[in-house]
Formats: sequence, structure tokens, C-alpha cells
Amino acid sequence: MRPTFSIILFTVLSGAGYGLWFLIGLALTTLWPHCGPSQRGGSFTFCVYPAALPCGLIVGFALVSAGLLSSLGHLGQPRRAWRALSQWRSSWLSREGVASILTYAPALALIVIEGMRLRSAMQPADLSAPAAGMNLDGWNLALGALLAVGSAATVFCTAHIYASLMPIRAWHNRYVVPGYLLLGLYGGALCLWVLETLPGTWRMRETPGLLVGLVVVATASALLKVFYWRQIDRAPTVSAGHAIGLESLGSVRSFEQPHTEENYLTHEMGFVLARKHSRKLRAIALLAGFLVPALLALLGLAMPATRFAAGWLALVSGMTGVFVERWLFFAEAKHAVMAYYGR
Amino acid sequence: MTSLPPPAAKKLGLVIDLDTCVGCHACAVACKEWNDGGDFGPLPDKDPYGAEPNGVWFNRVHSYAVEQATPQGTREMTVHFPRSCLHCETPACVTVCPTGASYKRAEDGIVLVDADKCIGCQLCSWACPYGAREYSAQKGTMQKCTLCVDRIYNETLDEADRQPACVMACPTRARHFGDLGDENSPISKLVAERGGYQLMPEFGYQPVNKYLPPRPRRDGCNASASNAPREEKLDAEKLPGVLRWLDRALSR
Repeated sequence: MRPTFSIILFTVLSGAGYGLWFLIGLALTTLWPHCGPSQRGGSFTFCVYPAALPCGLIVGFALVSAGLLSSLGHLGQPRRAWRALSQWRSSWLSREGVASILTYAPALALIVIEGMRLRSAMQPADLSAPAAGMNLDGWNLALGALLAVGSAATVFCTAHIYASLMPIRAWHNRYVVPGYLLLGLYGGALCLWVLETLPGTWRMRETPGLLVGLVVVATASALLKVFYWRQIDRAPTVSAGHAIGLESLGSVRSFEQPHTEENYLTHEMGFVLARKHSRKLRAIALLAGFLVPALLALLGLAMPATRFAAGWLALVSGMTGVFVERWLFFAEAKHAVMAYYGR
Repeated sequence: MTSLPPPAAKKLGLVIDLDTCVGCHACAVACKEWNDGGDFGPLPDKDPYGAEPNGVWFNRVHSYAVEQATPQGTREMTVHFPRSCLHCETPACVTVCPTGASYKRAEDGIVLVDADKCIGCQLCSWACPYGAREYSAQKGTMQKCTLCVDRIYNETLDEADRQPACVMACPTRARHFGDLGDENSPISKLVAERGGYQLMPEFGYQPVNKYLPPRPRRDGCNASASNAPREEKLDAEKLPGVLRWLDRALSR
């Protein structure tokens, strides 16, 4: 399949954005569930949590939105994109659209709460005042959970767009959905690490945990990709004889194409370059994408002073590797229709 | 709606006879002409009359050589193979559509694209293993065979002409149009008689169109087993006088 830049950019950027939102949602639900606003004596109060989380909400918003906008670039009629929200009963692409819009709701609500928190930080609330009025303690718990679920669901739908296409064996494959989920989470973890190293008031006690998690996710992703590549290499291709249903008559060979020129099908589905260089490109994806960031995370664990530089290096290297991996995911995949062309 | 309609009794489709198709491309040209050539002006293709024309064809004719092992040695048979939308009973190209532009008609099973709703995401073309759908970069929407829905129900045409353009054009009558849902229709009988088959049934999309396999070749037809030129027999005694003299003179 021809690797379309807008789609690759979309799956990589929004994947990382949703990964980041997922991690933040998870943190808000499990680590800081009671940091939501409470109304005490007419003013809101908030507890304190690491600055990486509010920053992450904004960065996640930027990544997700940039990715979704980029995906519109693939459309022939982008002004009609709203129609894509209508067929969620049957279409994974439509479900993805609906999930992505719904996920904006908890994300934007949390961003608004953050804004309120920053304002109230300017005017310290009187913590000794007796609690009165609304108690909004559960907000972070609920919104965080919604954000995590929505993010995971959106990436799940994205993966299923590809995994549901039977004519493309490299996509209709049991490694594709876990691959998209895991790589999204991985991109999110890389972003969160960098955000955590930014100068801010509240540092995370949990950074070592994040780095250990990063190493685990990188290892799991690398293993998953190795298994995936092994499987697509072993998958048999469709022969011309099978495609025209005359295998039983003898060996079938295409000697004349319908037209002298290339057409939409051969242009869109007859991409060969990636399969020619797949070995090198896979090695680059594994090294830059997973090995280097995992080693940098270990370095960060051993020597906390290196975390700032290591975090940025890991992000650049890791995202480059994930981009190469996603390029290969599209470019290496072979469509069954090419059998009619004897390719 | 891109959800599929309940199975209908009527299943309009084509039956293509690979035994009689001579690969003349008349069906493909007639299709292009009916669907793209109706307006004054150039074809809606990229570079339509230039060095590298590129445009949508709903029907494309491939040519294959089938190498067969026979007791007399290997022989090669030519099979011309027109490829177009099969109007599947459970088409994935319809269910993957996010907008409802791609749909299957409940009344006759024809699979169509509503060009006013299509956003040009091209997912349906990825979902089709038969290459039935082609995207028009000029129009920004997906296009496909309509089974000439604008001919077959067109009351301004003579009844005999209410058939797809490709079927009308075929000089060897290798293309047949009709209701494959009706067991007693002429084309259903043809399929039963000739062992018509579906393309790549393992995908489970249940193509309505069927292909008729080439009939077995008679053994005398392929004496090309050895490449050495054969000597032809000539009885010189039966030739008229002048030619008999010529044969003798040249044989010296």
C-alpha cells in the first residue's frame, strides 16, 4: 500500500496524544483522585499534583488535534468530513470519529479545571474554612476515567480500521490492534517523561516508576513488532490463478495488463519500495524506536541528573522509530488486488 | 446507511464467459463511453489525451496465459478476464464506509456510491479484494460500476437496450445480465449448466457476478507442443502441370 504521509502523521501524532491522555487519565484516577475542585465558603480549593499533568493535557490536545487535522488532508472532500460521524453502527472509521469527538469532552473539562486551579493558586484559599456548598471531589476521578477510556477506545477504533480489512493480510492480523494500543501508550510515556523534566514547581515522585514502565513498554512493543514482521513474512501471497479462480487449470501468468499506463489501483496498492528495503528499515525502527529510548530510560534511572537530556533524546529517537514503523506498516502491506496484475 | 439491507430476492448481476471472451476491450470502452463520455468536452481524466493518461475505468480486461501439463507436453491457453464490481451480497466496501455514501440497494442488490456524500477517504477501495473501486482525484470521490442503473431502468430506451453498456457492446456475447437471485432466470440456468463460479469466495463477501470457466480444449487444437516446424504433406502428382514442373524445378 502506498504510504500516505497524512495518515501516517495522523496515526503517530494522535496515537501519542491519546497515549498521553490515557496516562494522565489513569494518574488522575489512581494517584490523585481527590485533586478536583471543592467549593469551600464561596471559593474553589484544589490540592497539588505534578505540573507535568496539566501540561500533558495541553500537549495531548495539540497532538491529537494536529493528528486529526492531518487525517483530513487525506480526504478528497474534507469539507464533508462531518458526514463520517454518521455510520458508527457498521464502520470503524466512523466509530473512531465519534470516539475522538467524545474524548474531547473530558479533556476540555479537565483543561478548564486546570485553568481554575491556576487562578486559585494565585489567590490562596482559606483551607481552614469549613466546607460548604458543592463538594466536587469526585471530578478528577470521573473525568480522568472518562479520558483514559475515551483515549483507549479511539486508538482501538483506529487500529480496527486497518485490522478489519481482509484483503490486506499484513493488516488483517492479530498483532495490529495490540500494536496500535501499545505504541500509542509508548508515545504517550515518552512525552510524559519529557514534560516531567521541564522546569516546574511540582516534580513527580513517580518518575522512576514511569521510566521502568517505559522500558517495559518499549520491550513489549519491540517484541510485538518482531512477531508481527515474522508473521507477515510467512503469510502466503495471493496468486493470479487463485484471483481469477482458474488455479485448477494450470499455472496462470499475467501477460497483458488492462492498460499501458498505471492506474489508481497500481498506484495506491502496488507500492514495492518498502518491501525491497524492509530489513534495513525494520532494524532502524527497532533501534531508534525502542532500543535507544529504553537504554536512555535505564540511564535516567541510574543517573537522575541526566534525565532532562535523556528524556528529550529518547522522545526524538523513539518518535522517529515509531514513524518509521508506521511507514513500514503501510508501505510493506500487500493488497490482494495486485494478484490480478501479477505483482 | 452503510449497514447492509436484509437479503433481497432480486440479485442483479453479470455472468462473464471466460470461454468466449476474446479480450477485445469493447466492454471496457463501452463502459467508459457510457459513464464518462456523455458530456461535450474532454474525458474527466488526468491528461486524458496526453502521454500518461490516468482515469477511472469501472471495467478492465486482463489477459492471462494458463500453462497446462498434458500427455503431449505443456500447452498454453489464453484467458481474457474482464474485471469489474461483483455486486457482492455482503460487501465490506459498503460496511466500512463512514458516511453512508456507499450503499447496497435493497430492491435489486446493486452496490452504488452516492457522490454527494462521499468524502473521498478511499477506505472502500482498500476493503475490496477485487479492485472494483477506483478513486477519481479529479472529482475527489470514489467511483465504481453502477451496473448501468441509468440504462437498465431507463424507460426512454427500447426495452432491448435496457442492459448494461458492456453487455450490449460485447461482440462474442461473453457477457450476460440478469437476476441471479431467480433460479429460473436464463443466466441462473447458464451458471448451473456451465459451472459458473465466484471469485475468491474465501473472503465471504459472496459475489453475485459469476464467471464461466473455459471449456476443456479438444486435444487436436494444440499441436504446438514441439516448437520445430512440421513438414507439410504435398502430393505433387495431383498438381496441375505447370505447378508440378515448378515443384520439381525447385526441389532440385
